[in-house]
Amino acid sequence: MSPRVTRLVLGLAAPLLALVAAFAITSLVLIIAGDPVGGVWSTILQVPAERNMANIINNATVLYLSGLAVAVGFRMNLFNIGVDGQYRVAAFTAAVVAGEAWLPGYLNTALAIVCAMAVGAAWAGIAGVLRATRGVSEVISTIMLNFIATGLVAYLLRKVAVREAGSNEIGTKQIPEGSRIPSIPFSDNPAISLYGFLVIAAFFGFLFWFVLNKTRFGFDLRATGQSTTAAVASGINVTRMTIGALLISGAIAGLVGLPILFGDAYAYGSTFQSGLGFAGIAIALLGRNHPIGIAVGALLFAFLDEQSNPLQIIIGVSPDIVAITQGVIVLTVVISYEVVRRYGVRLEQRHVAAALEKHDPAGPASPTDSTTKGVSA
Amino acid sequence: MSTPAQAPAAPPAGEAPLAVRLRGIGKRFPGVIANDDVNIDVRRGTIHAIVGENGAGKSTLMKILYGVQAPDSGTIELGGEQVSLASPADAIKHGVGMVFQHFMLADNLTVLENVVLGAEKLHGIGGDARAEITRISDAYGLGIEPDHLVESLGVGARQRVEILKVLYRGARVIILDEPTAVLVPQEVDELFDNLRGLKAEGLAVIFISHKLDEVLSVADEVTVIRRGTTVRTVDPVGVTARQLAELMVGSELPSPSTEASTVTDKVLLHVAHLSLPSDEGRPLLDDISFDIHKGEVLGIAGVEGNGQAELVESIMGMRKGATGDVVLNGRDLSTTSTRGRREGGIGYIPEDRHRHGLLLDAPLWENRVLGHQTREPSASRGLIDKGAARADTQRIIDEYDVRTPGVDTLARALSGGNQQKLIVGREMAGAPILLVAAHPTRGVDVGAQGAIWAHIKKARREGLAVLLISADLDELIGLSDRIEVILRGRLVGSFDPSHVTPQQLGSAMTGARDETATPTTDTPTSGETA
Amino acid sequence: MSDKVGVIVPDAKAAPKKPRRKLSVGWVLIGLAVALFLLSVLRVVTGADDLTSSGTIAATLIATMPIMLAGLGGLWSERAGVVNIGLEGMMILGTWGAGYFGYHYGAWAAVVGAILMGMLGGLIHAIATVIFGVDHIISGVAINIIALGAVQYLASLTFVGLPGGGQTQSPKIPDVPTLTIGPLSDGLKDIEDQGTFLVSDLASVLRALVTNLSSLVLISLLLLVVTYYVLWRTSFGLRLRSVGESPAAAESLGVKVLRYKFAAVLISGGLAGLAGGFLAMVASSNYRDGQTGGRGYIGLAAMIFGNWRPGGLLGGSALFGYTETLGLRQGGTSVHALLLAIAVLALAFGVWQVRKGEAVAGAVVVGLGALLGALYLSIDEVPGDFTRMTPYVITLLVLAFASQRLRMPAADGQIYRKGSAG
Repeated sequence: MSPRVTRLVLGLAAPLLALVAAFAITSLVLIIAGDPVGGVWSTILQVPAERNMANIINNATVLYLSGLAVAVGFRMNLFNIGVDGQYRVAAFTAAVVAGEAWLPGYLNTALAIVCAMAVGAAWAGIAGVLRATRGVSEVISTIMLNFIATGLVAYLLRKVAVREAGSNEIGTKQIPEGSRIPSIPFSDNPAISLYGFLVIAAFFGFLFWFVLNKTRFGFDLRATGQSTTAAVASGINVTRMTIGALLISGAIAGLVGLPILFGDAYAYGSTFQSGLGFAGIAIALLGRNHPIGIAVGALLFAFLDEQSNPLQIIIGVSPDIVAITQGVIVLTVVISYEVVRRYGVRLEQRHVAAALEKHDPAGPASPTDSTTKGVSA
Repeated sequence: MSTPAQAPAAPPAGEAPLAVRLRGIGKRFPGVIANDDVNIDVRRGTIHAIVGENGAGKSTLMKILYGVQAPDSGTIELGGEQVSLASPADAIKHGVGMVFQHFMLADNLTVLENVVLGAEKLHGIGGDARAEITRISDAYGLGIEPDHLVESLGVGARQRVEILKVLYRGARVIILDEPTAVLVPQEVDELFDNLRGLKAEGLAVIFISHKLDEVLSVADEVTVIRRGTTVRTVDPVGVTARQLAELMVGSELPSPSTEASTVTDKVLLHVAHLSLPSDEGRPLLDDISFDIHKGEVLGIAGVEGNGQAELVESIMGMRKGATGDVVLNGRDLSTTSTRGRREGGIGYIPEDRHRHGLLLDAPLWENRVLGHQTREPSASRGLIDKGAARADTQRIIDEYDVRTPGVDTLARALSGGNQQKLIVGREMAGAPILLVAAHPTRGVDVGAQGAIWAHIKKARREGLAVLLISADLDELIGLSDRIEVILRGRLVGSFDPSHVTPQQLGSAMTGARDETATPTTDTPTSGETA
Repeated sequence: MSDKVGVIVPDAKAAPKKPRRKLSVGWVLIGLAVALFLLSVLRVVTGADDLTSSGTIAATLIATMPIMLAGLGGLWSERAGVVNIGLEGMMILGTWGAGYFGYHYGAWAAVVGAILMGMLGGLIHAIATVIFGVDHIISGVAINIIALGAVQYLASLTFVGLPGGGQTQSPKIPDVPTLTIGPLSDGLKDIEDQGTFLVSDLASVLRALVTNLSSLVLISLLLLVVTYYVLWRTSFGLRLRSVGESPAAAESLGVKVLRYKFAAVLISGGLAGLAGGFLAMVASSNYRDGQTGGRGYIGLAAMIFGNWRPGGLLGGSALFGYTETLGLRQGGTSVHALLLAIAVLALAFGVWQVRKGEAVAGAVVVGLGALLGALYLSIDEVPGDFTRMTPYVITLLVLAFASQRLRMPAADGQIYRKGSAG
C-alpha cells in the first residue's frame, strides 16, 4: 500500500474503533442500571422515518457549522471553547438586524449574516488578542466570554424584546417573510423540509477545505498548528495567525445559530437553543478537523439525538443516555486516534526501512556509500 | 578548559576498591544500537571521565547506570554487589546520584524543597532538612541557601544545587552529564574544585564530556566510547588531547578539506552594531559587526550558549528587541520580517531541525513548501501548487540523495541525516544569496555529514555567502574562509583558519587568550585565505 | 562563588517572594478585614444597608463555599499539573450523589455520596489524562458532557415516582446539623441593628457565623486549611506539587509521577463532588437539574484569581460569592453602591500603576475606573445580568492586566509520559 492509502485506512479505523468502544461503554452503563440494552439499541438504530430524517439533517447542519468553527482553531492548536458564546451573541445580533429590516428582502438576510459573522469574529477576537498580546490561555478566556455572552445577551434581549402574543416568552422582532431563507423540500409532505441554510453550510465546508488545503494562508495555519517554532523559523507571523485563526473560528461560529433563526424560529428568544458549541468540540474531534469527517460526525450526533427521543415512550429509558455515549465518544476518539497514530508512525518507519533495504542493499547505515552523489548532481 | 593537565596525583588505579563495575552492557533502540559490550571500572576516590562524540552512547549508558533505562544485556556491580536498577529510586538506594545536563529542578520550589523531594524520609522537610543542607553546603563549599527559590539562581548555583541533591541522598557515586556545557570558565574551575573535594571524601565521580582539555585537567582515568562501545581506558597522564581525539573519532571521519578561495570583494551581508538584550536587560548580543562577502564562508566559533543561537535568530528576524543593521546585498533588512528576509535571499538551516526545520507529522512535500510558501514553485498567487511542490521535492530527493520511499512519507519517519539533507536541499532551492547554517551536521551520520559539507562548498563556489555556526572545530576550520569567535555575546577575535590551531581557538573561546593568537577584531581577512 | 552569569541576582527576587508564600492565609484574613472596613464605609456613605447585613453575610457564606470547594478541587488537580475544566461535570455528579444517597441513607450519606460521585468523575479524568495521555481540556469537556447526560439519565431512573422527586429533581435531602449559639446570636443582632459604623458590620459578620451555621460550611473551611497544610507542609504535598512544577525532576528523584497525578485528580473530583453536594444540601434542599449553573467554572476562575494558592482562592471565592449574593438579594442598589467602591479602587490602582511605570496598563485601569464612576452617577441600579457576569469579567481583567503576577504550576496542562526524565 502507498503511504497515502495506508493513512486513509488507518484514518478510518480510528473513529470506528472509538465508536465501538463508546457503544460498549454505554451498554455497560445500561446493564449496570438495569435498563434493556437490546431495546435501547434497536430503538436507536432503526431506520429513521422521513420526518426524523429531515430533523437529523437539519440538526446536523447546525452541528456541522459548530464543528467547523472549532476545527479551525484545532488546526492551529487553539482551543475555541467559546463557540457557545460566540454563536449566541452572533445569532442575537442577526435576529435584531434582520428583525429591523433596514434593507429589503435577501439584502436584509445577507446583511444579517455578515453582521453575525462579524460579531462572532469580534467575540472570539477578544480571546485572540488576549492570547497573542498577553499570553492568556484561550481556553480560560473563551470560557469566561461564554458566561459574559450569556449575561450580555440576556440583558440586551430584555432591552429590545417584544413579548410574543399569548406567551410569556420574550424575543426579538420577527424576521419579515421576504428575508427568511426558503426551505428545501424533502418529501411529499410540505411540512417536512430541510433548512435552506444547508447550502450555505456546505459552501462553508468547501471553503474550509479549500482555504486550509490549497491556500498559502491555510498552509501557514496548519504549519503553525503543527509546530509553532518551525512556523516562526519559516517566516510565519504567529501572532497574526493566532488572532486570524480565532477571528475565522468566531466568524464561522457566528453562523451556527442562523439555520434555526432563518429557517425555523425567525426570532431570537429566551429559549433559543444553547450548548451547541460544546457538541461542536466533540464533532470536530470525531471528524478529525476535516470537513467531510465533521459532516459525518455531525450526522452521527444528530442521529443519536433524534433516534433517542422515543426511548422514554417506547421502553421507558431516559434519552439522556445518548449524551453519555456522545461524551464517551470524545474520549475514545482521542485515545484511538493516538493509538492508531503511533501505530501508523511505526508502520511508516518500517516501510521506509524496507523500501531503503530494497533500493540500497548495502543498508542505510553504511558510512561510505555515495557521500558525493548529491554533489555531482 | 582551566589550567591544563595538572590534576592532583591520582591514587594508583589498582588500589582503591571498585565503586562501579560495568560488564557487557548493551542497549538497542529501534534501528539504533546505543550501547554494545560496554565495560567500565570506576574506583572510589577517583574522577573517572567518559568521553565520546555526540551520539556515541554516553548518555544512554549513564541513564542505564541511573536506572532510567534498563539495559538489554550485561551486568552492573556497585560496591562489589551485582544490582539490577529498575528506576532512579533503585539507583539512589544503591548510592548512585546523577546530575543531568538539563537540570532537573522545579523553578517555583525552593532549594530546600528541590533537595528533599523524594528523600523526605531522611530528614523530613523542615528544620532538620534545612540544617543538613546547610551542613553539606558548608562542608563542600557549595554556598547554597536552602530557602531561595531556584528560579532566582544562576546556572552555576543551580548546578551546585543538583550536586547537593545527590550528596543529600548519601550518594557514593556521582554522575555528571556534560556538566561544563552551560558554564563559563570561572564556573568550570569552581566546579572542578568541588569535584576534587568530593574525590577527597572518597566518592567516585563519573564525569561525562567531549571537551578533552577539561577531561585531561580533572580526571584520574579516562574511558573513551565510540559508536556505543568502550574503546579503551587510559591514564590522562601521558596522553594528549590529540591522541584522545583520535580514539574518540576513529579514523573514518571525513575531514573537510580547504579548497581554493572563492572570496570576492562584494559584500553580501553587512551586520553592524547588532545587539539583543535578554528579558532582564542583560546583553545576549553585544554590538556585533561583521561582513560576509560573495563566495565567503564565515565561521562562528564559541562555547555553546555564548550567543550563537541569538545571533542566528536575530539575523533571521526571529528575535524581538534586536537592534542594529542587517543589510543584505545593499538592502536594509533590519526591520523586515522573517518571511521578508527569507524572500530577500536568505536560506536558513536551523540548529534544531525538529523544532525549527521540519513539520514532523507532515509529508516531505509539505516540508518542501515550509519557508517557501510565498515563492515559486511551491506557491503561486496565494495558492499552494501541490504538483510543482511535489515535483521539486522529488528533485531534491534525487539531487541531495535523501533516502525515502517517496514524497508522501512523513518527515518523522526519516533518519536524522536524511531529514537534514532534505532541509539543505530545500534551503538551496530558494536560490539564496546568503546561507545561514547553524550546526548543519549535528547529529547526522558520517555519510550525510560528508554530503552536507560538499553542498556547502559547492554553494560557496557558486558565489553564496555562508554564515556557519558550529561547535565542531574541525568543521569550522575545514569549511570557513574566516573564523570569528563569539564569547558572551561579543565577537572577540578573528582568525585565519589556514593558520589557526584548535588550541588558539579554544583559548579565545574561553576568554583565556594566549600570546600566539592574533585577534584582529573587525578586520575581515577577505581574499587572502588559502 | 560567583553568580556573574546568573539570570537573576538571588536576593533581588527571592526576597519579596518569601514572605508572600508564608503569609498567604494571613494576608487573606487581613484582606477580608480591609474589605469589611471598606464595605462599612460604603454602607455609611451610600446608605445601602444590605451590603453588610447578617443576612447578606450568611448568604455570602453559603454562596462562597461551593465556589471555594470547586476551586480547591481545581487547586489539587492543577498543582499536580492536570488542568481540570471537568470540575463543572464533577459538581453535577455530586449534586445527584447527594440527592440519591441523601434520600435513601440520610444526611451524612449524602455528603459521602456527593464526594464519591465527584471522585467517579475524577477517576474518568485521571484515566483519560494520566493513563491515556488525552489532552486535559478535551477530557474535561468530555466529562462535562458525560456528567450532564449521566445525571439526567440517572435522575429519571432513580427519582421518578419518589415523593417530591421527578425527572429534574430529587426528593428532599435531610439536613446536616447546624450550629447556633442562641444568646450570642441575639446579642449580636442588637448591635447589628444599631447601625454603628464598623461595629455593627463586624457584629453582623459574627452573627452570621453563630446563627444556623451549617456544619458543611465548617467542614468546607476546614478542608481549605487541610489543603494548605497537606500541600505545603507535608512530604506528600511537596511531591504532589513537584509533579506539577517539574515532573521530569520529580521522576528523576524516584517520585511516582503518574501515581501522584492520579491521586490529585481523584481528590480534585471528590472536592468538586462535595461542592455539588453543598449546592444540593445547603444552598438548596434537593438535587435539581442545572443546579450548578457554571459554578465549576467560577471555581476555576476563583483559583486563577487566587494565583493557584488556597488563601487567594478563598479571597476569590468570597468576592464571587459576595457579588452573587448581592445579585440575588434586592440586588441592584447594593451592586450599584459597590460600583462606586470599585471605581475609586480602580482609579487608585491605576494611578499607582502609572507611577510605577506601567503607563499603558495603568491608563487602561484609570479609564475603566472613570467609566465605572460615570456609570455610578448615571444609573440607579445595576441589572442582575451584569452582576452575574462579574466573576468572569474580573477573571478576564486579572488575566489581561495582572498575568505577569500570576504563577501557575510550570508543567500545568502538559501531558507526562513515564520515562521522560533525562
